[in-house]
Amino acid sequence: MPHNTQQLEDFVTQVRRDILRQVHKVNSGHPGGSLGCAEFFVALYQEIMEYSTDFDMDGKNEDLFFLSNGHISPVFYSVLARSGFFPVEELATFRHIDSRLQGHPTTHEGLPGIRVASGSLGQGMSVAIGAAEAKKLNKDNHLIYSLHGDGELQEGQNWEAIMYAAAHKVDNLIATVDLNGQQIDGSTEDVLPMGNIKDKFLAFGWEVLEIEKGNNIVEVIKGIKEAQQLTGKGKPVCILLHTVMGNGVDFMMHTHAWHGKAPNDEQLAIGLEQNPETLGDY
Amino acid sequence: MKKYTDTGKKDTRSGFGAGLAELGKTNENVVALCADLTGSLKMDEFKANHPERFFQVGIAEANMIGMAAGMTIGGKIPFTGTFANFSTGRVYDQIRQSVAYSGKNVKICASHAGLTLGEDGATHQILEDIGLMKMLPGMTVINTCDFNQTKAATIAVAEYDGPVYLRFGRPKVANFTPEDQKFEIGKAVQLTEGNDVTIVATGHLVWEALQAAEQLEEKGISAEVINIHTIKPLDKEAILNSVNKTKCIVTAEEHNYLGGLGESVARVLAENNPTPQEFIATSDCFGESGTPDQLMEKYGLNANSIVKASETVIKRK
Repeated sequence: MPHNTQQLEDFVTQVRRDILRQVHKVNSGHPGGSLGCAEFFVALYQEIMEYSTDFDMDGKNEDLFFLSNGHISPVFYSVLARSGFFPVEELATFRHIDSRLQGHPTTHEGLPGIRVASGSLGQGMSVAIGAAEAKKLNKDNHLIYSLHGDGELQEGQNWEAIMYAAAHKVDNLIATVDLNGQQIDGSTEDVLPMGNIKDKFLAFGWEVLEIEKGNNIVEVIKGIKEAQQLTGKGKPVCILLHTVMGNGVDFMMHTHAWHGKAPNDEQLAIGLEQNPETLGDY
Repeated sequence: MKKYTDTGKKDTRSGFGAGLAELGKTNENVVALCADLTGSLKMDEFKANHPERFFQVGIAEANMIGMAAGMTIGGKIPFTGTFANFSTGRVYDQIRQSVAYSGKNVKICASHAGLTLGEDGATHQILEDIGLMKMLPGMTVINTCDFNQTKAATIAVAEYDGPVYLRFGRPKVANFTPEDQKFEIGKAVQLTEGNDVTIVATGHLVWEALQAAEQLEEKGISAEVINIHTIKPLDKEAILNSVNKTKCIVTAEEHNYLGGLGESVARVLAENNPTPQEFIATSDCFGESGTPDQLMEKYGLNANSIVKASETVIKRK
């Protein structure tokens, strides 16, 4: 269903509220990366992907998404719920006992929209490639999308997968890297400088496309659509998505401080004030 | 006592290869992934007949496990193939999160398990894999004893929906189970009837247990030999029924006594019917280079050791 820009921005604003409220309620979770990727998730689930909310694990004849950096579950849950996979009210159970909304996403509790557990980093690229190969075997022309943290690229398994995908021409995959330059211990430059990530993907034989304004919904949609045009041509496609960690909440922006920390009551109030209710709180 | 005949020595890994080749013809959803050990895993026939369903991932086991998990999404039944060490210890977290916790229908097929890998030595001789795999919730753990059983198990696990660890080995060993056997996951096979001692064995130790039973018979001791090919889920009923009669048990496996079959059996007995038990297993140590026979002798994993353990455990009744 196409939306105008205002509708999409309103959607993003509501997702930010959901993120803040989820982590605040349990005083745990990862708001920083979640806020930074709100536009990306809204673009995927509201504009880009073809899917059924009548969830089927095999997802034949649907586009599929895999979240590798599972700690940004709050944004994933919010967008899945508001896209119709499960009741929005269930967001109130995030990280609670007996909830389907585990701290990190899992198939174990049967939450619709989740196709693999993630959280232990560096595994999602391989899973996405496997799903892409299965689509090829099934002669299913739909695409596989995945999201990875930039710090996550420090895990070696990624590079096994990146090498495989190019060698085996997995060209029905669009893997996006959230380039926010932050990880738990500090900036990626301080923790473990990774050099030029674009050059690395290019050297491994991927198509690489950059979205410089990863927190501009129009630019994100445009960028992913350009990436779609690069699929089916013998190379896997990487999007380098430049985002700001904590985007949309001024005191959470441009720092790793909110990677895995919840706002207190006062901070929540400020964050919500900066992101007024649009689609209705749960 | 029922006697078993070796119909000609064969390696269990070739049983896997034969089973996989058969599955290639009968189940179009079966796909195979290999990390640069196609020949060692005997996956050549599947690869030759179904190149589009064979995925060479290179020396990259973590990626192989993750890809296999992904391929189940879309209805494929992936069989991964590499050595037992690289199938388990090297990729434990990938199996834990992407396969077991995610409930994916992946068949982790592991050759060259245990000491009988031989000359390559301890770096490759994993003796901890059964423990690693049985601790994962939802994981089925199978260790087959000969060519025919490995072939039958390979075919059977494709019909079962859920993650499986299928363990087999490198050397040529006696092939004595029926060619046309039906493999039932979780169902022990009683090989001989006896009253004095129960011998529960898995993998390469099953044939050794049968040899031991013959030696014991000559000494006037009647041994009940049970082939436990499935370590998880364990056939508790078969074990309890047997020890109810024999009142003592020897467990035998090519694995560390920590985490192996013996511990699983001990728990069943402790909870239901505390029974004297002797463990034929390695004693919390690494292996070393040598021929399979030399290693099994040195580490006490053969018929002679089972005979001695049986005599010991009978005295403890």
